[in-house]
Amino acid sequence: MIEHLELFFKSIFIDNMVFAVFLGMCSYLAVSKKVATAVGLGAAVIFVLAITVPLNWLLDQYLLQPGALAWADGSSNGEGFSGMDLGFLSFIMFIATIATMVQLVEIVVEKFSPSLYNSLGIFLPLIAVNCAILGGSLFMQSREIETFGLAVNYGVSSGIGWFLAILAIAAIREKIRYSNVPAPLRGLGITFIITGLMGIGFLSFGGMLTGGDEEEVSPEPTAQVEEVKTEDAKKLADNTKIVE
Amino acid sequence: MGLLSKKDAKLITDPLADNNPITIQVLGICSALAITAELKASLVMGVAVLFVLGIGNVVISLMRNIIPSKIRIIVQLIVVAALVIIVDQVLKAFAYDLSKTLSVFIGLIITNCIIMGRFEAFALANKPWQSFLDGIGNALGYAVILIIVGFFRELLGSGTLFGIPVLGDPIDKTGVYSLGYENNGFMLMPPMALIIVGLIIWVQRSRNKALIED
Repeated sequence: MIEHLELFFKSIFIDNMVFAVFLGMCSYLAVSKKVATAVGLGAAVIFVLAITVPLNWLLDQYLLQPGALAWADGSSNGEGFSGMDLGFLSFIMFIATIATMVQLVEIVVEKFSPSLYNSLGIFLPLIAVNCAILGGSLFMQSREIETFGLAVNYGVSSGIGWFLAILAIAAIREKIRYSNVPAPLRGLGITFIITGLMGIGFLSFGGMLTGGDEEEVSPEPTAQVEEVKTEDAKKLADNTKIVE
Repeated sequence: MGLLSKKDAKLITDPLADNNPITIQVLGICSALAITAELKASLVMGVAVLFVLGIGNVVISLMRNIIPSKIRIIVQLIVVAALVIIVDQVLKAFAYDLSKTLSVFIGLIITNCIIMGRFEAFALANKPWQSFLDGIGNALGYAVILIIVGFFRELLGSGTLFGIPVLGDPIDKTGVYSLGYENNGFMLMPPMALIIVGLIIWVQRSRNKALIED
């Protein structure tokens, strides 16, 4: 339970899709002129992330990871299917899943809920090429999210983070039309700078889960360094093996 | 310009300034800004996009008459994804540290709006050679912005360029550090990339008034 809560708040505030890693910036800048459209796109992003991240998690666990194919012939220790590593296919698998899911969601929503379709409809095709969606799946893979439940949680909460960001910038842009912004900065320029300032604000959430500066500051970085070192060593060993 | 006609040359030079993909068309910001804390990473990202966009534009342009328009998005995505896998594997083989730094952002070239945007707007309607030039031009326009941002962030944030100290040693207090200068660690934080791009837009639009919005 506690790891669910932790992941939830972490993905919304600390690792916010827009402010921490700049994902989905194109649609974030293009569709944030009015609050109403921003809400529509934000909702569509939550929806699609909640579906695609868990699906890609399943693909990653049972097809793509090194040794993930062991279930196919019951082998182990790198014999038969368990020795295969299809990791290089992940980009193409993820994007294909996303593109088909978006189409499927569009068809299903159109059939069963025309009112939802009317509010989401125009945004759904846009979403297939929204970096936030593919980014969600790729971060899910690189952060090694452990269980299916956590993957669902990660999809929903990072979607909510994106929703919050686009809602906030749309509200600010509606108001800023009445301000006297220097002419060359109007429109795009000031939006960039405001997003930067909001990002600085969101940086302050950084200490939220570590309990401030007092504890857990020193053990964490060293552990991380060790992790990277062993990983590099492993990689090096792998490489030398290949050379041999 | 012996090799290029005037119209072809314009395809390359236009996106460098007055029709820049990042500052004017607002495309491709997604996967770019997070990696500009170092100049080297920015440069590699620029080259990767150059490769993907140059080749991808040609491939799409060659296939433009046989792609059914209903499934063109999927076809485009597959072409980009295949090219990006090549880039990713090459980086992993020859520059492993760098591919660790760029992490998921190489994969995100797939959804980089510049690439889809150029496929849709140019390659689907033009001949391969023009499409190639258009791809190169837009990727260069993108790379220029990345390199400017990367230059300022690395110089002001860690006092180095390509990892080589240029402002002296901050610990021994040599060079400008002996005058009391300090590195601005804040430049390495993600939000500063946005603010620097905002400033670039400001400078560009002050110089060319025609670009000012409403």
